[in-house]
Amino acid sequence: GINAEYGVSQKPNHHNHLHPKTKSSRMPSFESLRETPIDEIPQIVYNLHQVFNSNKTKPEEFRRAQLEKLLDLIENSREDIYQALAEDLRRPSFESYAGDYLAVKNDVVEALENLHHWMAPKCVAKPLPNLTDKAQVIREPLGVVLIMGAWNFPFMETLKPLVGAIAAGNCAVIKPSELAVSSSNLIARLVSQYLDDSCFQVVTGGVEETTTLLKQKFDHIMYTGNSQVGRIIMRAAAENLTPVTLELGGKSPTVVDSNVDIIASARRIVWGRFFNAGQVCVAPDYVLCLESIHDQLVAEMKKAIIEFYGSDPSISPHYSRIINQRHFQRLKAILNADSSDDDAKKQPADVIVCGGEMDEDTLYIAPTIIDQATLDSPSMNEEIFGPVLPIISVASISEAIDVIRSRPKPLALYVFSNDAGVVERFKIETSSGGLVVNDTLLHAGIQSFPFGGVGESGFGAYSGRTSFETFSHAKSFLQRSFAGSALDFLRFPPFNESKLGWYKYAAERTLVGKWGQILRKVGWWTSIGIATWAVVHLIHRRGGCGGCVGFGWLKGCPGRSLIGFSSAPSATTPVLNK
Amino acid sequence: INAEYGLLNFAQTKNKMFGSDILPYTPIDQIPDIVQSLKQTFKTGKTRSESFRRHQLHRLLDLLNDNSQEIHTATKKDLGKPAFESDLGEILGIRNDISRALDDLSCWMAPKNEGKGFAMITDQVQVIYEPLGVVLIIGAWNYPIQLILQPLIGAIAAGNCAVIKPSEVSAHTAFWLTQTLPKYLDPDCYRVINGAVDETTALLQNRFDHILYTGNSTVGRIVMRAAAEHLTPVTLEMGGKSPTIVDASADIRITARRIVWGKFLNAGQTCIAPDYILVHSQVHDELIDEIRKAINDFYGPDVLNSPHYSRIVSQRQFERLKALIDKATTQESESKIVCGGESDSSQKYIAPTIIDNCSPESPLMSSEIFGPILPVLRINNIDQAISFINDREKPLAIYLFSRTSSVIERIKSETTSGALLVNDTLLHAVVQDLPFGGVGESGMGAYHGQRSFEVFSHKKAYMRRSFFLSQLDTLRFPPYSNSNLKWLFAIFERTYSSNKLTRIVREFLALFIFLTSFILNFVLKKFA
Repeated sequence: GINAEYGVSQKPNHHNHLHPKTKSSRMPSFESLRETPIDEIPQIVYNLHQVFNSNKTKPEEFRRAQLEKLLDLIENSREDIYQALAEDLRRPSFESYAGDYLAVKNDVVEALENLHHWMAPKCVAKPLPNLTDKAQVIREPLGVVLIMGAWNFPFMETLKPLVGAIAAGNCAVIKPSELAVSSSNLIARLVSQYLDDSCFQVVTGGVEETTTLLKQKFDHIMYTGNSQVGRIIMRAAAENLTPVTLELGGKSPTVVDSNVDIIASARRIVWGRFFNAGQVCVAPDYVLCLESIHDQLVAEMKKAIIEFYGSDPSISPHYSRIINQRHFQRLKAILNADSSDDDAKKQPADVIVCGGEMDEDTLYIAPTIIDQATLDSPSMNEEIFGPVLPIISVASISEAIDVIRSRPKPLALYVFSNDAGVVERFKIETSSGGLVVNDTLLHAGIQSFPFGGVGESGFGAYSGRTSFETFSHAKSFLQRSFAGSALDFLRFPPFNESKLGWYKYAAERTLVGKWGQILRKVGWWTSIGIATWAVVHLIHRRGGCGGCVGFGWLKGCPGRSLIGFSSAPSATTPVLNK
Repeated sequence: INAEYGLLNFAQTKNKMFGSDILPYTPIDQIPDIVQSLKQTFKTGKTRSESFRRHQLHRLLDLLNDNSQEIHTATKKDLGKPAFESDLGEILGIRNDISRALDDLSCWMAPKNEGKGFAMITDQVQVIYEPLGVVLIIGAWNYPIQLILQPLIGAIAAGNCAVIKPSEVSAHTAFWLTQTLPKYLDPDCYRVINGAVDETTALLQNRFDHILYTGNSTVGRIVMRAAAEHLTPVTLEMGGKSPTIVDASADIRITARRIVWGKFLNAGQTCIAPDYILVHSQVHDELIDEIRKAINDFYGPDVLNSPHYSRIVSQRQFERLKALIDKATTQESESKIVCGGESDSSQKYIAPTIIDNCSPESPLMSSEIFGPILPVLRINNIDQAISFINDREKPLAIYLFSRTSSVIERIKSETTSGALLVNDTLLHAVVQDLPFGGVGESGMGAYHGQRSFEVFSHKKAYMRRSFFLSQLDTLRFPPYSNSNLKWLFAIFERTYSSNKLTRIVREFLALFIFLTSFILNFVLKKFA
């Protein structure tokens, strides 16, 4: 596969891909990648296991202190992060703010505010025989976890999972992508500067370093990248029975219905597609639009591109560049193939209606829209992961659904529609990591959302509390006492029929059905009502609320005699009767 | 050596002990077609409706109600299981889970609203549970019904199609299941596949949307490697040596009885059975005495003829366990059999056996015993127990018998295991709301109750915005400006203060904002 590179490069000699950058004029402060020596890696991981076994990372105070340090890290180095991303991707600081800085910072704050609550054991419901027992779910750390980030959001993809890893009490190895060189170096420097380096280590490097790293035993691996490397990681993890979370990409479809606000839709799609020059795993990958609004949509998209990036995006400070030469060539190949009409397959000619310009020296590809694309177009073969947006006309919503369902499950699905019926159909009939109606990308910014894919787009999720859960083990805890042991004989041999009957009676849950449930609820609320009523009566009778006029109406209540309260005058009642 | 539970190892398939006279295997060339047909069914959306799921769950309940006698017979043939154990260990858990699923299904299926920031008050933000597709459930032979049907409840409740692969070792039960299941459940959606290594290998080559495997960690690795090819998420339910710690403060008589029950239920062939005992030297002699008494109370002086005691599943397992007993007594001078030790090859019977003063290096301590042999080791304090456990792989369960809360607290926080049960054995598996699953070598992922539903569902993030106030979009659109960035700061960026008072004030502010936005939401929705 050609986009195998994001995450871990598959070619052993990754220096070649980095090389062209040195010549590029856009990188005045080019740094070379600092790599961890391969023979040190086993020792690093071993040391972390030792530290974890010493219980250092488990106390709440330690986790809190490290999270506060992480907060300092992100707050103090905002400008450095902007700078590193500008060097790696020439990304505008606004996008670095929203995509990397904000995502990490809000997650740290969320963790700091809720850590105590997350860590607390949760009591669960118990069946009758266990009524006197204590049943809890305890969240405990897993051990040493590995976090492997991709290059498109190098800080978010490493530090945001790290928040969960720290909050859950783990030690962690962070492996930033070697393709975002400046970011990788900065992450290595910042983590060792701010966090406890006996518990959190950054390993940098390419394929060899990663391969060595994957041979070590971890207690969880979280990988962000592509599905080919995802497979390699899961195979490696299988050797040590290590659970994995795979955050992969995929071709996220965008469907535009005919009844929408076309201008707003076009702007939202263009923003989502060309954010970070399309190098976003949840970016809208292709558009399926109804024929009736096709022309208007394309026109509005063109307008939006000019409005956003000006008539010449190459001089706009708000538009990013492609990460490296290899990805540039991959995208170039897609564009060239898509625009040639003497293709061997004799497809209908795809039309580049906007953009298409590129500059190899600065790794620039203009925001490009390919109109009249078909499902067989080269741009529809695999995730584009660049500033190219194919548009396919469909005759109906059903056709759009068929297209989506005939392909691997995507990480995100964007639907623009004002028709509740259409939205409902997508909700039920399609499967994707996330489903966003009438906007793009924004779900990734909501912390309470589990962020993750399904099928080819990955499994497992993180963000906010979900990260904490991903990096912790839910231990069942049941504490019994010796007090109820007289009943033990019911489950001990020698067995007989009457024992079984008793045990079943106590332990077997019977089906109550809909009416049973309603009755249960009615019973529950009635008993609460009766209890409240009784309490009110008691207070009333004891005269504890003698001065309280609110209970005056109770004095003539016929129920009092029914539940056994004497209506005979006592020392206190005359006061009330006045 | 205990590779057998779950899948047979290669050596054994050659002579196919259970032949096709009891259990005919599914022809390998039919397997891809079966999986494909289920995928087709799933695509039609048949399994998605709540009424369909409910109907199938009711049918599953009918299956249990109509066939209790058949279940007893089949498990008796395979494992010599007493009817009581079969009812308790196999059927009770499934029945409870079905009742629970039927009662709560609509609640589980309902989308859950998620918290959202101030900036998105007019949006709808939900987590939707959707079915994964076609899932594979591979069972083990020790609880051949429960380990298949209990996960199946989750798969049905979550709206999936399922392929079921019962263990070929418990052939009678597998055969009964193959015959009976299609009579109750929709055969277009749920299929049984039988076979040994070759069939399972062929099965694993197909793409599934989730695999739940119960068995041992060797095969667990094979399953996970196969799953990696298709990026299939896996839940692995494995075993491990579950330690049982007896502290000096425990009530020894009750402790002994509870351990003996947990250990010798199903003749020790339970994945969460207490595997070995770490007993405080002070109470060691008393515990051994009480254990002997308990065995006598439970199974009588003649265990061989007790109807309440199970048999070993296969000749191979029998040989393995017998060898363990022989090695333990000949090689070591210290350790001795203080109870049991007898065996009868013709019945695959091994008596409840206690081996005292077992050394940590003994073969008994090198892998999961999975049979009625219980080694006892002495400890002098709780630190020793903790370091003994932490030096070994993470077990599926830890049992602790103690009245001292500081000891309980230390074991709770300083050891890791799938479950920690204080003052009893096995019973945590009965509490539906406790996650049932391991950690490290004992597996990954957990099920039972609502968790089974979650295991087989995908949590889809769902967000619905409107075009109302789309003018505000310019704040986040290029050309970017510093003033916009400041707005973004103000709206989205969260801040944290280590000062508690500041945090409390902020909480109040947040509450205020929440209430305001709640009211605003109503007002705005009128116009949106």
